[in-house]
Amino acid sequence: MKDFKRGMKDGLPIALGYVSVSFTFGLMAVSAGMDWWQAVLISMTNVTSAGQFAGLDIMVAGGAMVEMALSQFVINLRYALMSLSLSQKVDKTVYTIYRFIVGFGVTDEIFAVAMSRDRKVSRYYMFGLIAVPYFGWAGGTLAGAVLGGILPEIVRSSLGIAIYGMFLAIIIPKAHEDSRYMKVILIAIALSCCFKWIPGLNRVSSGFVIIICAVAASAAGALFYPVLDGEGKEDEE
Amino acid sequence: MGVTEFFMYLAVMAGVTYAIRAVPLVLCKREITNRFLRSFLAYVPYAVLGAMTFPAIFYSTDGYLAAAAGTAVALVLAFYRKGLLLVAVGACLAAFLVKII
Repeated sequence: MKDFKRGMKDGLPIALGYVSVSFTFGLMAVSAGMDWWQAVLISMTNVTSAGQFAGLDIMVAGGAMVEMALSQFVINLRYALMSLSLSQKVDKTVYTIYRFIVGFGVTDEIFAVAMSRDRKVSRYYMFGLIAVPYFGWAGGTLAGAVLGGILPEIVRSSLGIAIYGMFLAIIIPKAHEDSRYMKVILIAIALSCCFKWIPGLNRVSSGFVIIICAVAASAAGALFYPVLDGEGKEDEE
Repeated sequence: MGVTEFFMYLAVMAGVTYAIRAVPLVLCKREITNRFLRSFLAYVPYAVLGAMTFPAIFYSTDGYLAAAAGTAVALVLAFYRKGLLLVAVGACLAAFLVKII
C-alpha cells in the first residue's frame, strides 16, 4: 500500500502534464469530426500521444488498416525498448500476469520516472504510477473533446509545449549529474536535428527517426562510455 | 466513417500498440548481465526523450520566439530540479506571456 501511494504521488505530475496534451488530442479529434466518446475511447485503449495523433489522421483520411498497423508499429516501437529496460527494473513481485497489466501502461514518462527510482520497483508502485496518469489522459481527452472549443486559440497553442517541458525535467538533471548521459543525449539530439533539417533525411517518418536516433546514440554510449558493472547494479537496485 | 469502421481502426491501433509494450516485458524475465546491453538499456530512455524533444520543442507552439522562451524557462527550471509539473507549467506560461506581449 505504501508503494501504491508512492507510485500515485510520482504519477501526479505526469497526470497533470498529460491533461494538457490529451486535452489537445480531444479538441483535435472533435474538430476533425469524431464524436467525443470516440476520442475518449481511443485515449483509454491506446494511452500514447504520438501514436494517437497519427492514428487520428489515418482514421479521418480513411486510410488502409495496414497503414494504421504499420504507422502504430513504427511510432510506438520505442516502447519495446522501454519495456525491455523496464523488464530489468521490476522486482520479483511483478509476476507474468502483472507484466501483462503493467505493459499496458508503459509510456515515455511513466517509464522514465520508474527508471529514475533508485531501487527496483514493485507491482504496487507501478500500479499507482500508471493509474493516476491514465485517468489524467482519459479525463483530459474528455475535457478537450467537450470544452476545447471555448478556449481562446492563444491558450490552446501555449499548451503544446507542456509535454516537452516534462521531458526536459527528466533529462536535464540526469545530464547535469552524469556527463556520459549528457553525451548520449547530445548525440541523440544532433541526429534528430539532422533528420529534421537535412533534405532527404527529413522525409523519414517521425516514429522511425526516434528509433534510429535512440538506438544509435545509446549504442554509441554503451560502446564508448559503458556503465560500470557495480555501478549499473547500484543504479537499479 | 461508420461506427463499425471506427471500431476496426481502434482494434488495430490498440492491438499493435499493446503488443509492442507487453511482449518484451512478459518474455524478458532474466536479468541481463551483458555489459553492453545493460549500458545500452540504461541510455535508451534519455536518448529517446532527447530525440523527441529537440528540435520538436521549437515547433510545439505558434511562433518561434514563444517556443524559444518556453524552452529557455524549462531548461533553467529543469536544471534546478524543479520537478515535472513546475517545469511543464513554467514553459507554457513563458510561451503564453511572450504571445500576449
